[in-house]
Amino acid sequence: MTTAKVNEAGQKIKMTARDVKVFYGSNQAIHGVDMDIVENEVIAFIGPSGCGKSTFLRCLNRMNDTIDSCRVTGEIALDGQDIYAPSLDVVQLRAQVGMVFQKPNPFPKSIYENIAYGPKLHGLASKKSDLDDVVESSLRRAGLWDEVKDRLNQPGTGLSGGQQQRLCIARTIAVSPEVILMDEPCSALDPIATSIIEELITELKQNFTIVIVTHNMQQAARVSDRTAFFHLGNLIEIGGTNDVFTNPTQKRTEDYITGRYG
Amino acid sequence: MNNLSLIIILLVLLAVAYQLGMQRSRKLAGGQNSASLHSRPHHYGMMVGLWAVLPPFFIMLLWSWLSPAVIQQLVLASLPTEVLNSGEQAQVLMRRISNLATNFAVLSEAADWEINAANYLGALQQKSGLLLLALMFIVGALGLLVSYQKIRPSLRARHQVEKALMATLLICSTIAILTTIGIVLSMVGETLKFFSFIKPTDFFFGTTWNPRFSTAGVADGSLTGSQGSFGLLPLLSGTMLVAGIALLVAIPLGLMVAIYMAEYAPKKVRDTVKPIIEVLAGIPTIVYGFFALVVVGPYLADLGQMLGLTIRATSALTAGVVMGIMIIPFISSLSDDIITQVPKALRDGSLGLGATKSETIRKVVLPAALPGIVGAVLLAASRAIGETMIVVLAAGNSPSLTANPFEAVSTVTVTIVNQLTGDNDFASPQSLVAFALGLTLFVITLLLNIVALVIVRKYREQYE
Repeated sequence: MTTAKVNEAGQKIKMTARDVKVFYGSNQAIHGVDMDIVENEVIAFIGPSGCGKSTFLRCLNRMNDTIDSCRVTGEIALDGQDIYAPSLDVVQLRAQVGMVFQKPNPFPKSIYENIAYGPKLHGLASKKSDLDDVVESSLRRAGLWDEVKDRLNQPGTGLSGGQQQRLCIARTIAVSPEVILMDEPCSALDPIATSIIEELITELKQNFTIVIVTHNMQQAARVSDRTAFFHLGNLIEIGGTNDVFTNPTQKRTEDYITGRYG
Repeated sequence: MNNLSLIIILLVLLAVAYQLGMQRSRKLAGGQNSASLHSRPHHYGMMVGLWAVLPPFFIMLLWSWLSPAVIQQLVLASLPTEVLNSGEQAQVLMRRISNLATNFAVLSEAADWEINAANYLGALQQKSGLLLLALMFIVGALGLLVSYQKIRPSLRARHQVEKALMATLLICSTIAILTTIGIVLSMVGETLKFFSFIKPTDFFFGTTWNPRFSTAGVADGSLTGSQGSFGLLPLLSGTMLVAGIALLVAIPLGLMVAIYMAEYAPKKVRDTVKPIIEVLAGIPTIVYGFFALVVVGPYLADLGQMLGLTIRATSALTAGVVMGIMIIPFISSLSDDIITQVPKALRDGSLGLGATKSETIRKVVLPAALPGIVGAVLLAASRAIGETMIVVLAAGNSPSLTANPFEAVSTVTVTIVNQLTGDNDFASPQSLVAFALGLTLFVITLLLNIVALVIVRKYREQYE
């Protein structure tokens, strides 16, 4: 099943979505979205509030399963494997497709335990020294190591908002996912913490495929390779970030980007 | 004229004054809407009503508090000197005289001086009643007239009513607090009396509980040998043993119920099951006692026989198990609320890392909710320690210092019941010890409650 698909430009396709529809009860939130997500790219989802961008993001690692009334139809595949197939293990999927949330949500545990949580769950480190290595390298890759290396045993909730969010990113990296989903990761942060996270995203691109939902169009322009514009549950336009921002093909995209609504 | 009819008169006065005040303010407004007045007509009505009723009401309270003492002094002063010098207690004399005055339960033939005194008492009481009525009438009428006259469009009646309302609320909460203080003080007084018989060290650290019966009137310490031993430890150990067993039963069951209801149960099931479990807390404890005595005790005894153990039908185990069932809802309901309060973001974070639901609950949700759960457990524990009826019926009532749950034990609460029922002289240490026990129990549960509240509050701060 794992046939590496390739798009016209010869890039490897990591995830595909075909005719994805999402319902909350009888209320339809997404009206048939088709999308290819390329390996090692940063793709940004933009659009006004309630346009379905977060909902679609949460379909990509089946986080919508935790909402009782939510129903997803259509096909989403990771490396050609249908992630909604009955035989698929959600636990494994979420280890491959990690997620960073809007509000930093460190567990009420120590910094060390926060990072070690995922590796312990998935048995990624058998020895204490291995675990120490995973914790250190994850914190280093999240750019947090120098700030917290002397207080790994203190609670993660004691860090500042920006540090907490990087802790959550480090926690996600620690299980070595292939795709990282970020749901407005900077919306609760100040501009300095935001710019640190944006730099981090650019670095992480080398190893991970990153999907980021953002309210902030400048942020999408700064960090992403491609941008997808959602409106009222429809994918209106998707393309290279430069093209979408400077030369949108759709009237609605242009109106949104130039600030007519949203 | 008794106080009840006075209160009814005051209520009628309130209604009349309210109407008067309202009508006058309406007239001032000139028949149009009342926007030209500072306050709405009902505020003026209420203000006049309060001025008319509250002052006489306070006079009535003061009167009924002070007048009996004054009357008693007057009556005693009127008695012949030879009676006063006869050494009879004033209380006893007064009781007999007032019984005569009301023609109530007089045993022997009354002496002349007694009849005179009774007549005098009756006359005094009548005078006092009339005086009170007149005073209340004058003050009430004055209050009504003055406040009625004061009504102007600019009068801020609204604020006056507001203040009166606040004062009422303040008085109500003060009464609740004063009652608690009163309960403690009444126990402290009796406890101090008890400690004048028995040394506190003998009480708190004594290992034998064997209070012999005392006979009325020999409580003067001349018969110390018959006082028995009042060691708290066997009772305290019994209490802790039973409460401990109860918690061993209730914590796992209650917690799992809470986890199921908070995390797994569909909303429909939760809405039905939660109230049903809470019914457990509402069953009268004496009914639990029957259940322990008739069902659980014999069952445990049979079970013990099968396993080759001697388990008495009435034992710490029986009482503890049944009490544990009783306190399940305390733990499950509170923990359920606390688990539901754990932010969804934490669950999402864990699920997003690929944890299963039960891993998330075990490793993230429960640790986050732990302080609150500890608070719930402590509250349940203080309930278990204070519980009486189950233990009276099912623990076997044998005050022995033992850690064996299959033995019969006795607890602090059961002993209080034993010491206060029966024919004991109320001034003997055998009865007074009940107050010392009660106070000890009160202090223990109070401390547990305080610790629980502090923990729960700390937890709340963390997530709000």
